[in-house]
Amino acid sequence: MKKDQNLARLLVMLAVVFALMAALRPGQFVTMANFGSMMRQFPEYGIMAIGISLTMITGGIDLGVVGTANLSAILAAKLLIGAVPRGAPPEQALPFVALAALLALACGLACGAFAGLLISRFKIPAILATLGTQQLYTGIAIGITNGRPQSGLPLLYSNLGNTEFLGLFPLSFLIFLLAALAIGLMLSRARFGTCMYMLGTNPKAAQYAGLGNASILVRTYMLSGLLSSVAGLIMMARANSAKAEYGTPYTLQCVLIAVLGGIDPNGGFGKIAGVTLAVFILQFLSSGLNMFNSISNFYRDVIWGGVLILALVVNSLLARREARLAVRRGARATRA
Amino acid sequence: MITARRILARSEPWVLAAIVMLSLLIQARSGQFFTGNNLVDLARALIVPGLLSIGCMMVIVSGGIDVSFTAIASLAMYVTDKILLQSGYSGNVLLAYAMSGGFGLLLGALYGFLIAFLRLPTLVVTLGTGSLYTGLMYGAFAASASDVPPSMIAHGKEILFTATNAKLGLTSEMPSQILILVGMLALAFLLLRYTMLGRGIYAIGGDEAAAERAGFNVRLIKMFLYCFVGALAGITGISRISMMAYADPSTMLGMELTVIAAVVLGGTRVTGGLGTLTGTILGIALMTILANSLILIGIPTYWSRAFTGAVIIIGTGVTARQIASATGRRRELKKTKGGGA
Repeated sequence: MKKDQNLARLLVMLAVVFALMAALRPGQFVTMANFGSMMRQFPEYGIMAIGISLTMITGGIDLGVVGTANLSAILAAKLLIGAVPRGAPPEQALPFVALAALLALACGLACGAFAGLLISRFKIPAILATLGTQQLYTGIAIGITNGRPQSGLPLLYSNLGNTEFLGLFPLSFLIFLLAALAIGLMLSRARFGTCMYMLGTNPKAAQYAGLGNASILVRTYMLSGLLSSVAGLIMMARANSAKAEYGTPYTLQCVLIAVLGGIDPNGGFGKIAGVTLAVFILQFLSSGLNMFNSISNFYRDVIWGGVLILALVVNSLLARREARLAVRRGARATRA
Repeated sequence: MITARRILARSEPWVLAAIVMLSLLIQARSGQFFTGNNLVDLARALIVPGLLSIGCMMVIVSGGIDVSFTAIASLAMYVTDKILLQSGYSGNVLLAYAMSGGFGLLLGALYGFLIAFLRLPTLVVTLGTGSLYTGLMYGAFAASASDVPPSMIAHGKEILFTATNAKLGLTSEMPSQILILVGMLALAFLLLRYTMLGRGIYAIGGDEAAAERAGFNVRLIKMFLYCFVGALAGITGISRISMMAYADPSTMLGMELTVIAAVVLGGTRVTGGLGTLTGTILGIALMTILANSLILIGIPTYWSRAFTGAVIIIGTGVTARQIASATGRRRELKKTKGGGA
């Protein structure tokens, strides 16, 4: 019941933001061009937000998603640039593109597994472990590239990334939908999803129930790493290069999306449907704000920070009210 | 025997040992570590992170984590600097400290309220306020590198003594701001050790519910804590720009990671309840020596960030393991006692 209310609230918020932007900038906001550009922008951070949400459901957090994404993309870019000669025909480039994508995904899994091991085996709190991995992965990415962008990717790669289905939906958008659907189904239907919720609600109880907390945590962070590397591949296609410092503000945005979408930072609650709606809300806000020339880019930081805190406050007040109502309902039941 | 084991179970001696080993290594490679001017340079580099680490350690001891104190320090010092410049103020630098400390206190009070009274998770709140404060600084105040009032320049030139390296002809000056660090350390020491407020911070970090039952006013203590951290950050900001003689809004941003790493490295338990100022300063000293000597120990600059990350992971990993084994030992002890009774 609670989660449905949360979804309803998010839908209302989405409609309000949409109506506001449409009313203030009708000529610019409600256009095919704007929708097309929005569909290209949000998949990369939306996918990372799903990854962070998963780790938050288990009561942790993954602050290393951006580092993982960039490191994976850089490895893929290095392989592509090294293996495919300039101007090679697509048939010749195709196997290497597939290989590079696989390398990136493997790198994401490894990065996630490392963070998961630090958290589950070495008992480092998730915040510190992933602050560390974020530095480490970004640092390795800077180290192997000397901080320079990796460009000169084969044409096939960016062409693939910019493919549009039905002349409208970019590939990255479809990947986002697929990821959201798959992770959403996993959380609600699969045994592993239930395990994650139980671990997030009460790790000690989960331990005594024999769920195998360490293995759940490692797999959760591996999933987050995998999603991050997918985001990295998308960023690489959009920028047509890879760099250690792409997407730095995404960490905060992703945490914001997760919290706004109803994921409880203390673990145990939240749905991917909420996160997806929060991604849309954020993108509408972001694209809308872009249409006001007087609003400096720095105000974006203010707005993201403000919205994050506001979402936290509102969620906590609502949770409190619900708890009070539940107590009252309980009291009435005992009296009757 | 037992006392030796108890001392070795703490992190401070290990951090100290690491500092000594590292110093000897650098001395052996460059011959320049144990020179007066290098030591003074290190002390100089230690002042700002040292000041920030005091507040950071207190927050972690209370069971929280704060990633926005550098944003507070930057915003508070920048606003103070602008106001003093525009009013043409040329009086004592104490006013700058008081103003910046006051702004810091207000900024700290804002998220202190959210954390203490609404019980919101500290990491997410401070991520938000950090972004909010940096955005305000760059957006509303259109911050860019700017001058500082004459009193601050004079304050930055107050030198305690000068160390000269005769061989290389280099001199280094010990700034007077080191006295602020010493004073703040003394204040924090007295607060944590001898006041109910300070004991309360440890108690909350150990077990919040137990602290509440024991009669500590958890909300007020937390509120005080974040106000204190904010004020301290504001003061640190003025020290920093006085020493640099110009106000660079970005000079302290990003420092929070190294400071948190140093605090944890110094033995502060990441889940709260344990931590010493000695360990914190040792941790900061180790990180400062590392950062200043990466090239001397043969690590290329491009790899410095990866190196910081590795230090954070190894440092927190070692402390986390130590805590795990310590609680394990306590449990065993309890078991044997129980068996004997």
